[in-house]
Amino acid sequence: MTTFEQAASLARLHERVRLDRGTITGLLFGLLGVTLIAGVAPTIDSTTRQFNFERPPDPAGIRFHPPTWIITIGVLYLLTAALSLGSPAAQRWARLTRVLSALSFIPLTLVLSLALSDNAGTNVVNLLGQSLVLATPLALGATTGLWSERSGIINIGIEGTMLTSAGVGYMIYALLGNANSAFWLWFSIVIAILAGGLVAALHAVLSIRFEVNQIVSGVVINLFALGLTGFLRSEVIFKTGNTSGVSTSDIGLPLLSSIPVVGTQLFSGGPIYWMMYLVVFGTWLVMFRTPWGLRVRSCGENPHAAETLGINVLRIRYQSVILGGFIAGLGGAWFSMESQAGFDNNMTNAAGFIALAALIFGKWTPWGAFSGALLFGFSRALGTRLQFLGVEVSGFEIPSEFFQSLPFVVTLVVVAGAVGQSIPPAAAGQPFHRSK
Amino acid sequence: MAQINTGTAAPVLEVDNVTKTFPGVVANDNVSLTLNEGEIHCLLGENGAGKSTLVNMVFGLYQPDKGTIRVHGKETRFTDSGDAIAKGIGMVHQHFQLIPVFTVTENIILGNEITKGTLLDFNTARRQVLAIAERYGLAVDPDATVGDLSVGEQQRVELVKALFRDANILILDEPTAVLTPGEVDDFFSVVRNLTQQGKSIIFITHKLREVLAVADRITVLRSGKVVGNTTAKRATQQSLANLMVGRDVVFRVEKTTTNTSTTALQTRGLRVQDNRGVQAVTDLDLEVRTREILGIAGVEGNGQRELVEAICGMRPPNGGTVQMLGHETTAWSPRRIKQLGVAHIPENRSKHGVVAQYSIADNLVLNRYTHNKFSKRGVLNRSAINTEAVALIEQFDVRATGVTAALDTLSGGNQQKVVVARELSGNPQILVVAQPTRGLDVGSIEFIHRKIIELRDRGVAVLLVSAELDEIMALSDRIGVLYRGRLAAIVDAADTTREKLGLLMATGSTTHPPQAQQ
Repeated sequence: MTTFEQAASLARLHERVRLDRGTITGLLFGLLGVTLIAGVAPTIDSTTRQFNFERPPDPAGIRFHPPTWIITIGVLYLLTAALSLGSPAAQRWARLTRVLSALSFIPLTLVLSLALSDNAGTNVVNLLGQSLVLATPLALGATTGLWSERSGIINIGIEGTMLTSAGVGYMIYALLGNANSAFWLWFSIVIAILAGGLVAALHAVLSIRFEVNQIVSGVVINLFALGLTGFLRSEVIFKTGNTSGVSTSDIGLPLLSSIPVVGTQLFSGGPIYWMMYLVVFGTWLVMFRTPWGLRVRSCGENPHAAETLGINVLRIRYQSVILGGFIAGLGGAWFSMESQAGFDNNMTNAAGFIALAALIFGKWTPWGAFSGALLFGFSRALGTRLQFLGVEVSGFEIPSEFFQSLPFVVTLVVVAGAVGQSIPPAAAGQPFHRSK
Repeated sequence: MAQINTGTAAPVLEVDNVTKTFPGVVANDNVSLTLNEGEIHCLLGENGAGKSTLVNMVFGLYQPDKGTIRVHGKETRFTDSGDAIAKGIGMVHQHFQLIPVFTVTENIILGNEITKGTLLDFNTARRQVLAIAERYGLAVDPDATVGDLSVGEQQRVELVKALFRDANILILDEPTAVLTPGEVDDFFSVVRNLTQQGKSIIFITHKLREVLAVADRITVLRSGKVVGNTTAKRATQQSLANLMVGRDVVFRVEKTTTNTSTTALQTRGLRVQDNRGVQAVTDLDLEVRTREILGIAGVEGNGQRELVEAICGMRPPNGGTVQMLGHETTAWSPRRIKQLGVAHIPENRSKHGVVAQYSIADNLVLNRYTHNKFSKRGVLNRSAINTEAVALIEQFDVRATGVTAALDTLSGGNQQKVVVARELSGNPQILVVAQPTRGLDVGSIEFIHRKIIELRDRGVAVLLVSAELDEIMALSDRIGVLYRGRLAAIVDAADTTREKLGLLMATGSTTHPPQAQQ
């Protein structure tokens, strides 16, 4: 066959087999399943390991045999592939197994990592607890983006807003002499929230009043925040001598936090962590159950329609973007006054960008964005955990940079592959002009 | 609430010598209008005559420079549409002001939300929506998502939206432009029902048949001035058209019979699927000869769009062949088909016909910018493009302030003329044209019809797809009727009737009586 004929027959094959998302995902799972069963399971260390529920030395937990689990997951992948490539009638089941397969990445990663390291077990309850905690700034950042974009203003300056709040909030705390007083700590947290509102107001004025391209305005805010907080750190915070202090103390839920094993890990956390749940719930309530929320959403979808109903589109957009800024300010305070008490350069470490991915993953809904934040929070926690396990492949320890990049890889894969089409608010990014 | 007062009561709305100027244009020049309770007052005029400006002032979106507006005898000045709504004025815009991702109820209550405490009270809102819908005969599903509704249903949502705000004066801006003939009849009965319940209606249109069918009184606007006040009883289509255009309008397209000769476009067993993968065109054999206009009639959604897109290379068929000018063009790209000498005036102008943000000049050379005349080695020759554009807007009577203005500053009719000018100026051998005059005014329709006939007389093969039966009958030499993706019949235009075609469109055959829709 000539090259031309080969190309032509490939083209015909392509016409017959519709390569949609389901088929491609199915093929990939098939490939993975074969690799796991034929390649990985026979060669992996078969010593029994354990998922711990408690700390050593003698933790309770689930004991498991790595090859068995790997073969089980491999079979699930083969089943997914078969259903995905099967008849149209099988597609309903195929969708279900694809979701299960995607979720099984989590146990698979843990099993593989444990089997490839020298550790006999790892604490999974603690891992879940850390995921929730790390999801806090992501959920707050995503909610910021939600308010802004639902009103029609694209906001990629979440990262900069949170960083500024973290820096300014801790600066105030340091200036007040780290008085170890809950009052001044909370005073500084409030300042951080206001700082977030101020940065968002800047973004709002630039995008609404001056109609600066909203992406450009967001980038400018991110760059500005790096410079400003770096300056504040070296010129103000360092000069006070108070480079670290006392952070917020954990609050345990009554009764639940005293449950043995899981209580302290899952039902205890800092005040900003708990406020995060309130913010997500409150956002859902206000955005979807109040007149003002309905108007905000209308401004992000069809501002001209809103205008014909007598709604002041520009005012709603200012309000919504600035409200988002306050939420980002709370997220910033988490970094410098709850997660730790202190400020490092670029301490938000791209959380604002991952929050945007969570927002897209959640299709611009509060609970969707929250789920996205949990997923990315988990991948961050897992990345950190795997660094400590010391995973080795044929004698080489996998470098920690690989695990640090895990959240970003998960972001890419999830947003590109698993979410499917996620439609932003129709008018996001478009400046609005009043009729005259 | 409303008792019908005939004649004696004060007008519900008086517009008195209002003037509104935009940079460079006097959109309304001393315009006056009165609206009586329970009447349908038609506002007639070509595109750009100032109808929309006038009603936008009444609705508070624009503020007049001079003159007064009185509602129920009281002088009012609106700063925004919220003020107008509070005074009982409602407007259904030509382009619906709906939010596609919201439900019907959400769209209706937006801006006038019903609350229980601080939260939205969807249950009460739903009940009120249903009550209004029932009272005025406007069937809407309060829980449906608006984006899933048909155009006719969306229009009903707009009406309920206005009525929900207790509108007594309803402004309907070209409400029938988007409706199919059957929906138009339903719409008229809704409008009459509204006036019987005491609503007063300003009805904007440029379709003369509708004006005579529905109006009580008629005001005609031309170039921002009132040029006529009459009633439907005294007016005729001819008298209204002459007032609108300002000269005698010829309704019958002058057309000589011609001898057709060779086949220019041919499909054999053509099969095309729509976006959802449903077979939209099935085993279609079609032939268009040179020096001939083949009209394709049919209720919209019977495969017309897919047929046109398949011929023009925009949608690969899943069976059969297309031959044009002696080449098999089935799998060709749109550009290659264009270069063969096929012009295409698409149905969806904003999506496939123009780049709205580009200048008029750029839009006029979109199909030819690679020619040596307009670019050399990948660099555009601006002066040649502008010279060409100036000549074309002159020749095609495009009303524009200059060729460098963005296309979306033009009215719909003038934008369509730009598309026609571009497509006809490439010296095509075949013209594929879909809904060429949808939403256009009488003057532009007449002009475009003349151009299509001119082209045929030069020997071009024309495939004309239109939902307007009048247009099909006026222009075509032969008429094919598409019914559920198949050709129900091909007849000579000379020996068919409106009724016969209507029956074919509705049932796919002339032997069965029309059946009720499933």
